[in-house]
Amino acid sequence: MELDLGGWFALLIQWLKANLGAFFDGVTTVIGTTTSALEDVLLFLPGWAMVLVFTALAWWVATRGVALFTFFGMGLLTDLQFTLFGTEFVIGMGYWDITMQTLSLIVTASLFSLLVGIPVGIWAAKSDAVDKTVRPILDFMQTMPPFVYLIPAVVLFGLGTVPGVIATFIFATPPCVRLTNLGIRQVSEEAIEAAQSFGSTPTQMLVKVEFPMALPTILAGVNQTVLLALSMVVIAALIGSSGLGQPVVEGLTQLRIAKGFEGGLGIVILAIFLDRVTQAAGEKAGASTAQTR
Amino acid sequence: MAVIEAEHLWKIFGGDPDRARTLARDEGLSKAKVKEETGSVIAVNNASFDVKAQEIFVVMGLSGSGKSTLLRCVNRLIEPTFGSVQVDGEEVTTYDEDELRQLRRTKMSMVFQNFGLFPHRSVLGNVEYGLEVSGMDESKRQEKARRTLDLVGLEGYEDSNPGELSGGMQQRVGLARALVDDPEILLMDEAFSALDPLIREEMQNELLDLQDQWDPACTILFITHDLDEALKMGDRIAIMKDGWIAQIGTPTEILMNPADDYVESFVQNVDRTKVIPVRTVMREPRGDEADHLSETDASVSPHTSIAEVLPMVLQADGPVAVRDSGEVLQGVVSREDVMEEVTRNASNVSKTREATRQAKAMEAA
Ligand SMILES: Nc1ncnc2c1ncn2[C@@H]1O[C@H](COP(=O)(O)OP(=O)(O)OP(=O)(O)O)[C@@H](O)[C@H]1O
Ligand SMILES: [Mg+2]
Repeated sequence: MELDLGGWFALLIQWLKANLGAFFDGVTTVIGTTTSALEDVLLFLPGWAMVLVFTALAWWVATRGVALFTFFGMGLLTDLQFTLFGTEFVIGMGYWDITMQTLSLIVTASLFSLLVGIPVGIWAAKSDAVDKTVRPILDFMQTMPPFVYLIPAVVLFGLGTVPGVIATFIFATPPCVRLTNLGIRQVSEEAIEAAQSFGSTPTQMLVKVEFPMALPTILAGVNQTVLLALSMVVIAALIGSSGLGQPVVEGLTQLRIAKGFEGGLGIVILAIFLDRVTQAAGEKAGASTAQTR
Repeated sequence: MAVIEAEHLWKIFGGDPDRARTLARDEGLSKAKVKEETGSVIAVNNASFDVKAQEIFVVMGLSGSGKSTLLRCVNRLIEPTFGSVQVDGEEVTTYDEDELRQLRRTKMSMVFQNFGLFPHRSVLGNVEYGLEVSGMDESKRQEKARRTLDLVGLEGYEDSNPGELSGGMQQRVGLARALVDDPEILLMDEAFSALDPLIREEMQNELLDLQDQWDPACTILFITHDLDEALKMGDRIAIMKDGWIAQIGTPTEILMNPADDYVESFVQNVDRTKVIPVRTVMREPRGDEADHLSETDASVSPHTSIAEVLPMVLQADGPVAVRDSGEVLQGVVSREDVMEEVTRNASNVSKTREATRQAKAMEAA
């Protein structure tokens, strides 16, 4: 006889599905709606116009170099082509729709990661007991191979984008919790004492002192969350989330090198754009929080 | 009347506080021994003191002697383990959260060694913080904050980032932030220790001047590890050692009658005339002295040292006027008073030199 741990886990999932079906349906609706709404927004304008929007964003938040990269990189993903003097010019690889689908998946998952991760991080910073409890859970979430929780995710949420968002959420939340926790704990003891000595309530302390002083660190966590979310794109494609992961998966299963390469390139371009922009946003917040002394 | 009154105050970190107190108090074990026996650190050991209205009460001691802990027991940034602290006759150790917040918002403010400024707020934002958390509306509190910034000489820096300012200016911001809601009590934890000597002296003088000008003046509990600063600032000084208060007295009392060898070792090499301020030797003008004074312009600040006024009193025909920064006559100081201090100091210094020589001779033998 062997211990049937896996069997028990399967039973647990079945039980959850049977008894908390309404809950999971609710989650599916919320996530599904958010993702598709975001997708609609991102696809509202034609690809070339969105490229200009992203370029402007990169310019405003980051540097001209990032803007330049965004312009050409994103341009490469559009389906822009035109005929001039009888010659046909092809500008893009024609991946715009799935790029925006990927972006909406990442943004949705990251949004939920932050919505959960930042409050949990703050709570863990305030209470050592919570910190001790949360730590192993985070380790578990980060080290468990994502394929493993894809299975229950599919059982509970079906195939498609929603289980992709859920799996991405699980994988991408830990850095947000950790860095929020760290950021709040790192706020200088004297600043805390000062705030206390002027009669701050705990809420005033958090909102007026701790959170703003921790903001650069928290934003570093946001950056990591977004990048980890992006790294889940291919895995999400395995369970039917549409996006840039699809050409990669197809390339793999059908041994089509060209297709896999193009999908991968798209992911890299998106990754560099998201990384530089979120990082620059963090640095901007950091500059206004330059340490005294 | 005493504004702050602490009685049998203890702060014991970790271990078994009851046992640690018994060992230290009843069996006379040292701080180190108690730590060894119980694992408890006695930061404040049975301290009793009172701070009178409008005085500057200095707590002086070496690093680790418990000064910061003692100070924080007063506004309960640190919870005292045993004992009582009264502010204006009210026991604050039993205050609940709300009462405590009220106390901190209305009665006392604190200034920190490394300034404790909020880097994400402008200078003005820092200064208005206390008013903001007590719910004063924006235009009113900014108006008040601006006025306080003018008071500490920082007009024009309202919108700067505190990180852009020099140390001295940062501490002015810290001071303004503490003064903005007209506190009755100012708690200063080594507020000037992180500053360059020149800036530090400037800040000391300014604080003394400010305190003279205020009506009613702040009561200040001032922590320092620097004897010169203690003697200069203090109306009275408490000397701390290993958590207990070794002596409380005026600068003159501490210098003339050190309570034990420990205090003695602190003060033995002090040139009294350089640190004792004129205010401690000045007196009321007698007879027609006051009329006579108005004819001569020469006057000194009550905070100048005796050594500094010596040349002046030697040249003057009669007593020299002591006037505060508002040019209000505080008293007079005569040649005789100053000379008496100087000779007393000379004999005092030679006495301790003699003692040191004898001790060395005995060691050698
Ligand atoms: N949170 C704490 N836990 C344990 N021990 C502490 C704690 N805070 C202070 N102590 C100990 O209490 C004693 C007094 O510390 P305190 O900071 O009050 O000294 P201080 O006179 O202000 O020294 P300094 O000049 O270095 O600021 C020291 O022995 C210190 O190690
Ligand atoms: Mg200290």
